[in-house]
Amino acid sequence: MSGHHDVSYLAPKDTFWKSVWAWVYTLDHKRIGVMYLAATLLAFFLGGVFAIVLRTELWEPTRTVITDAGQTQTTGQVLFGWKENGQQVTANNAYNRAFTLHGTIMVFLFIIPAVPAALGNIFLPIMLGAKDVAFPRVNLFSWYIYVFGSIFAIWSIIHGGVETGWTFYTPYSSSTNWGGVTSMVLGAFILGFSSIFTGINFIATVHKLRVPGMGWFDMPLFVWAVYATAIMQVLATPVLGITLAMLVFERTLHIGIFDPALGGDPVLFQHFFWFYSHPAVYIMIVPGMGIISELIAVNCRKRIFGYRAIAFSSIAIAAISFLVWAHHMLTSQTAALNAIFSALTFLVAIPTAIKVFNWVATMYKASISLNTGMLYAMAFLFCFTIGGLTGPPLATLATDIHLHDTYFVVAHFHYVMMGGTVLAFLGGLHHWWPKFTGRMYNENLARLGCILVFIGFNLTFFIQFFLGTQGMPRRYATYVDEFEWMHKISTTGSYVLASGLLLHLMVFIQSLMGGAQAPKNPWGGLTFEWETDSPPIEHNFPHEPVITHGPYDYDTEYPPHCDPRDYPLPDQAKVAALAHH
Amino acid sequence: MTTLPMGNAALDRELEPHERYVPGHHWRNAQDEMEAAKLGMWLFLATEILLFAGFFCAYTVFRYWYPDNWHAASRHYLNWKIGAANTVVLLLSSFTIVLAIRGAQTNRKGMMLVNLFITELCAAFFLIVKLGWEYAPKWQKGELPGANFTYGGHTVEAGEAAAHGGLIDSIFHVDHGSYVTNAYDHIFLSIYWISTATHGFHVLVGMIVIGWAMWLASRGHYGPRHYTSLENVGLYWHIVDIIWIFLFPLLYLV
Repeated sequence: MSGHHDVSYLAPKDTFWKSVWAWVYTLDHKRIGVMYLAATLLAFFLGGVFAIVLRTELWEPTRTVITDAGQTQTTGQVLFGWKENGQQVTANNAYNRAFTLHGTIMVFLFIIPAVPAALGNIFLPIMLGAKDVAFPRVNLFSWYIYVFGSIFAIWSIIHGGVETGWTFYTPYSSSTNWGGVTSMVLGAFILGFSSIFTGINFIATVHKLRVPGMGWFDMPLFVWAVYATAIMQVLATPVLGITLAMLVFERTLHIGIFDPALGGDPVLFQHFFWFYSHPAVYIMIVPGMGIISELIAVNCRKRIFGYRAIAFSSIAIAAISFLVWAHHMLTSQTAALNAIFSALTFLVAIPTAIKVFNWVATMYKASISLNTGMLYAMAFLFCFTIGGLTGPPLATLATDIHLHDTYFVVAHFHYVMMGGTVLAFLGGLHHWWPKFTGRMYNENLARLGCILVFIGFNLTFFIQFFLGTQGMPRRYATYVDEFEWMHKISTTGSYVLASGLLLHLMVFIQSLMGGAQAPKNPWGGLTFEWETDSPPIEHNFPHEPVITHGPYDYDTEYPPHCDPRDYPLPDQAKVAALAHH
Repeated sequence: MTTLPMGNAALDRELEPHERYVPGHHWRNAQDEMEAAKLGMWLFLATEILLFAGFFCAYTVFRYWYPDNWHAASRHYLNWKIGAANTVVLLLSSFTIVLAIRGAQTNRKGMMLVNLFITELCAAFFLIVKLGWEYAPKWQKGELPGANFTYGGHTVEAGEAAAHGGLIDSIFHVDHGSYVTNAYDHIFLSIYWISTATHGFHVLVGMIVIGWAMWLASRGHYGPRHYTSLENVGLYWHIVDIIWIFLFPLLYLV
């Protein structure tokens, strides 16, 4: 590598076109991470627009009025004049497309790559004290595959949309004539490769590029979480790949494997699909849990409670994730199979609860600094626990019969995915923003944004638990009049949520335009990323860093590059007493 | 261990690319780099196995449902002799690619190139047999997957047996007894086509990467100190081989 070892990785080159080329053909994990971040945030915005469209449609009640002619009048008809008959696009079709696009974009384009491929790419090598990931070219390649797959997905939106839901269940997905299905499925297939390559890269990086002296239990917990995620990405995604490939063959060659008319079995598709997509649920949440471990330890300035338990629970979640896929079909299987998968599903609660208890125990008697990152960590604990506790009613066979495919399910997975992963992602974004941009943001406005997001999120989704228990099925554009007030609350909440997210966007733009220069270690962290410059230099560290303490040794260490008066060591007598105790 | 020749002539000559190989800037040494590359390759191979596991799983389900149909379809549509010939060829190619890697480790460029070339020939043989003696006749007779299945069974006609002669036909002779199609023949053929075609695609990719390795080998990029990508190409080729070792009995020898 020629020169410039001590300049910021963001520094432009001599000429404009050289700067552009330096981004397009960069092998620097930080730049690739930033490109992933930009792409996933764009996808988040697009998926969010579809979410707002959905909630707006649901503002009005059913209007399912059967007229004399047997015609059904829907909201779409009232609002836009879409007709149920005689026109190509009906209001229900439009609604189906909107929730499918919301789901596919949020799952495949945003939430799966957001934490590992964006934040993980930027920080995993730095946290290990490495100069880069193990295979930088593969890393860049995976970003281009991501873009290529996204083009297919976007193409399907333009090309008539998809209305199968993000799960692409057969036989509807293999028989529907809407043009977008094949390209959307191909897009998800291609995005899978991007995910696999990122996973392989991270596993090899963690195994081979830890700085000398850093053992497995000296790694930050974010690294453990991304490592567990990478294992799931590598082992689960190929099964999705082959499933989607078979679906494409089914649509184009009519191979009949999923088609009952030809002797095939549509439920086989569900088994294949969930064998990937259930681990995928943990691919989405586990890296978020890793962020929370960092946020809580740094902002509580305490050694994290139960380091090994948190680390191993990530691996346990990864292992159990492969054994629970059939709980998505609890209403359509034999009793014996159901009982087994129900029992296995309850197991997931154990490692998840271990994490939550350890985080709360870390906060106990800590001197907590309530910056935006920490507020998000606390919001995560609240929402994720609700999401977690509403899982067992769905895993219980008797109650699942009632709750299956209702808004209870919608609320449950939004509490886990949005209340879990997205809140953790936003917290992590604020936590590491000064590090990778080199700019501080307006803390008070960001806190306000966090509060708006928290209130808006709970307004939107908490009421949906009640909607579900009262029988509102998911994926319907219309509903009976009795549910109107609940849907109105939910839709209002979604607007509050959107305003909070837009406020965050403005805070970030303002930070990039004129934020104060960030110090090396604004929050007083002890992991390696806080020892390098903000933004980091091209190869992360001027010299290979030396590991002198664990990632959470707040009881014995001053955070480097911090004013010691801000972070006094705990009273040594108390520490000794506690140790003795 | 090999020792570098220490004579003056040896020092004066320009070093081969593999002798002056330096690891990537983010690696502490070439050993770490090679181990990481191999770990990455093994993980990729795991994904390949899981990819084909989808086919094996679908195969298991349908064979469990339609065992008799499966048996009859395998006997009629597939010729185990063709499958066996391709199996032998792939096993031979796995052996030659190991010899090529040995050639790199012991700094014998000729051995490396000859064996890579034989591997390439074996792969080409496999694909030619697959396309010429399996896919093409099946395509003509309508033995196609799913809804494309148009094959109407087979009845032995007088004088037909006499039309078949010659060496090639006596080896690759398909059972020409009468056959009445069963209800789920098209599903068997679906799984046959998609799994062997996906495998064939992997063979084609293998030919490309082996060709790439030959090009690098001819330019002196592989030697005792550095042969990472050659070893990874070998690992990939072995998985292509092993997947066939499973496909062959499951499809041809039911």
